[in-house]
Amino acid sequence: MEILYVMIPLGLVLVGFGLWAFFWATGDGQFDDLDSPGWSVLDDDRPPAATRGDPDPPSSEQSK
Amino acid sequence: MSAAGGAPCFHCGEPIPRGLDLHARIAGRDEPVCCHGCKAVAEFITGAGLGDYYRYRDTSSTRADEPPRPDRWAAYDRPELVERLTRPEPNGARSITVLLEGLRCAACSWLADKALSLQSGVLDVSVNPATARARLVWDPAKVRLGDLLRVLEHVGLRPHPLAGEHSEQVALLERRSALKRLAVAGFGNMQVMMFAVPLYFGDAQGMDPAMREYMRLVSMLVSIPVALYSGWPFYQGAWHALRARSISMDVPVSIGIVLAFVASVWNALTGQGEVYFDSVTMFVFFLGLGRYVEMIARHRAGSVADALARLAPATARRVKAGIAEDVQAVELAVGDELVVPSGEVLAADGLVIEGEGRVDESMLTGESAAVPKPPGTRVHQGTHNLGAPLRVRVTAVAGDTVLSGIVALLERAQAERPRLARAADRAAAWFLSRILVGAALVFAVWWYVDPARAFSATLAVLVVTCPCALSLATPTALAAATAALARRGILVAHTDAIETLSKATHVLWDKTGTLTRGLVRVEDVRSLGEVDSSRAMTWAAALEQMSEHPIARAFAASARPHAMASEVTVHAGQGLEGSVDGRLLRIGTRRFAKGLRTGGSTGDREPLPAADADSGESWVYLGDATGLLAAFRLTDPLRAEARDCVTRLAALGLPSEIVSGDEASAVARIAARCGIGLHSARLAPADKLGRLKALQADGAVVVAVGDGINDAPLLRGADVAIAMGRGSALAQTSADLILVRDSLEDLPRTIDLARRTQRVIRQNLTWSILYNLAALPLAALGYVPPWLAAIGMSLSSVVVVLNAMRLSRGSAQKRRPEWPVRPQVETA
Repeated sequence: MEILYVMIPLGLVLVGFGLWAFFWATGDGQFDDLDSPGWSVLDDDRPPAATRGDPDPPSSEQSK
Repeated sequence: MSAAGGAPCFHCGEPIPRGLDLHARIAGRDEPVCCHGCKAVAEFITGAGLGDYYRYRDTSSTRADEPPRPDRWAAYDRPELVERLTRPEPNGARSITVLLEGLRCAACSWLADKALSLQSGVLDVSVNPATARARLVWDPAKVRLGDLLRVLEHVGLRPHPLAGEHSEQVALLERRSALKRLAVAGFGNMQVMMFAVPLYFGDAQGMDPAMREYMRLVSMLVSIPVALYSGWPFYQGAWHALRARSISMDVPVSIGIVLAFVASVWNALTGQGEVYFDSVTMFVFFLGLGRYVEMIARHRAGSVADALARLAPATARRVKAGIAEDVQAVELAVGDELVVPSGEVLAADGLVIEGEGRVDESMLTGESAAVPKPPGTRVHQGTHNLGAPLRVRVTAVAGDTVLSGIVALLERAQAERPRLARAADRAAAWFLSRILVGAALVFAVWWYVDPARAFSATLAVLVVTCPCALSLATPTALAAATAALARRGILVAHTDAIETLSKATHVLWDKTGTLTRGLVRVEDVRSLGEVDSSRAMTWAAALEQMSEHPIARAFAASARPHAMASEVTVHAGQGLEGSVDGRLLRIGTRRFAKGLRTGGSTGDREPLPAADADSGESWVYLGDATGLLAAFRLTDPLRAEARDCVTRLAALGLPSEIVSGDEASAVARIAARCGIGLHSARLAPADKLGRLKALQADGAVVVAVGDGINDAPLLRGADVAIAMGRGSALAQTSADLILVRDSLEDLPRTIDLARRTQRVIRQNLTWSILYNLAALPLAALGYVPPWLAAIGMSLSSVVVVLNAMRLSRGSAQKRRPEWPVRPQVETA
């Protein structure tokens, strides 16, 4: 079981790395909004010019 | 397809007034809508290619009431003013933070984001649904801020530009810091648990002492940041409470953490006794999690500063030496002259010097009828001018206005905080007394038996009972209850309110906007002649369009005139006369409307019943030369669920009482319809607070439900405050619970859940303490082998968690299909 004397510190280094990454992500605002970015993948990227003033966009039916 | 089928409004989901046949053209189909505001919003949203919104959203949208008013944002079209309100960004761009009223879910924020991103000149948009704020960056050379605000209003979200970003920034940093502390506690807890398992089994099956020592020291190493960094807010809170000579929940929590941690460190370093690092880290993590969830809810409810931003406009139109200029509201001084156009909100208190406006003061008085303001009368900051433009001489600004007075009252009520202190006191006293008595007994007994072991034994009792009972019993139950309530659309801003709610004895209601919907609406249209009701509605709306009476707003919300009225004359106290489609029409009292039939003037002085339309219901008639054409029933409708809610509350042992600022007759009528016996009318905010204090002095635990600014002090003073989701921001900041769905339906079940939560907490505490009290002496006397203690300990925790989880069972959200089922058939 002597291997634990190496593995546990190694594990702690990994935890430290994970925490550092989490702190970085928090500071970067990654956790400020957890809901709305999820919707962005459902977006069809259509050119703004084609969308505006178009009363009956095809996507709202086809994507059903 | 017809509205008569009872289909709710396509946009806001509210019932459609009977007889109204209004449709929005959505994706090639006619969908029923309840008012022209909703029609405009729904058509704009789908017209802009954003129809997916209706499929993504999971709560219905806010009722739009009136079509958007583009002129409201005129001030934000002026570059020099925008420059002062906004912040500079690189490359000449500007940025501003906007509070979005009506932002309810992720789909709403998607909608706001998309609608703005479609505008040219918008460089960046970030919408945060958790705080209902959007940050806009745009190029002023390409697009005006006013246009962006108009876009937001068009999609049904009411924007409130925030001049300063300070409080928002503070809240953001607070959230991030709490999240980091939570992460440290979570990671730390996982690690320590990993080391705890071999330690438990090592105890049972034998373990190399060096390895055991090593594991304990590593656990200590991991626990140090958890106890110091993650636990810091608790020590701070406890220190503040002790310095103020009071006991908050933080005090026993801190005692528990510190004792368990110090004892474990001592034992780990000296290599004797037990270590409790797993309990300490779990304790910190669960408590931190509860606090974090609570903080998010509180931030969402917003701050007093936000509320003021929503109420008082940031700009005003000042007249100086005959020239009108837009200035920031903060620059106003006493003696300045303002012009308040129709439809705008006053930026300061003042005296009318010119113009004859009608001002909606409902946010101050609760009275929903507009009050006429001839020259010489006082007008107040935050009230809404519905009539002709007013010239106002400023008499009070900033901290001296009536609105600020209410805010000050609010802050004082908050400072007193009767309920929070009492709730925490009770909880703390309950735990502390029992645990300290137990510890003292153990110490006394051991002192008698073996003085050398008295200290460590006492410590063991404190350590094992404190964290186990506190860390799991209460927070898990509260977390489960909070989650269950959130699924029903009830936001819990202060979790200790759940405890207080379970002990509630009385309910105080506000009337307008709480028991009623708070809006005068055309509830019913009845055709009396050969003209059908929708035609009559159009004509009535065309006539009423020319009026500024509050009734006219009811018509404006329900129909958009396809016809224009001409030669409209106002007969004060009777109604309107004018011609629409070449037909001479009258709308008003029955006698007045009938008057055209004989052709003569009636000379009748009967008051227009619609003058108190807000207070109950009244009829308005439309007539022409052939006689009466139609009758319109106007109501500030009682919420459909109000009566049922009051009855169910009474069944739970909570009598209701109405405290209203409105007229006595109106209050009495609503009280009768809800089955409420006790009611008082014409109360100022301070009177409402007085009534509350009188009840509390008799030992009552009072729940207050309200929605308005004038309810805010009442809500602050109440033991549990509940605000309506569509109510004013100030009411929401004062509330413990917010009914996000703006429905009273779930209120009785909430109280039921609060009581069940309290029962579960008590069961959990009893179980934890009994288990510990039973296990500890047995273990100390050597009757329990360590492996059994380890399994028992884990099982004990599992029982507590499972018991708490019962609260979230069986409360799955009833989901209404938002997108009608029909499209699937038709697109096939």
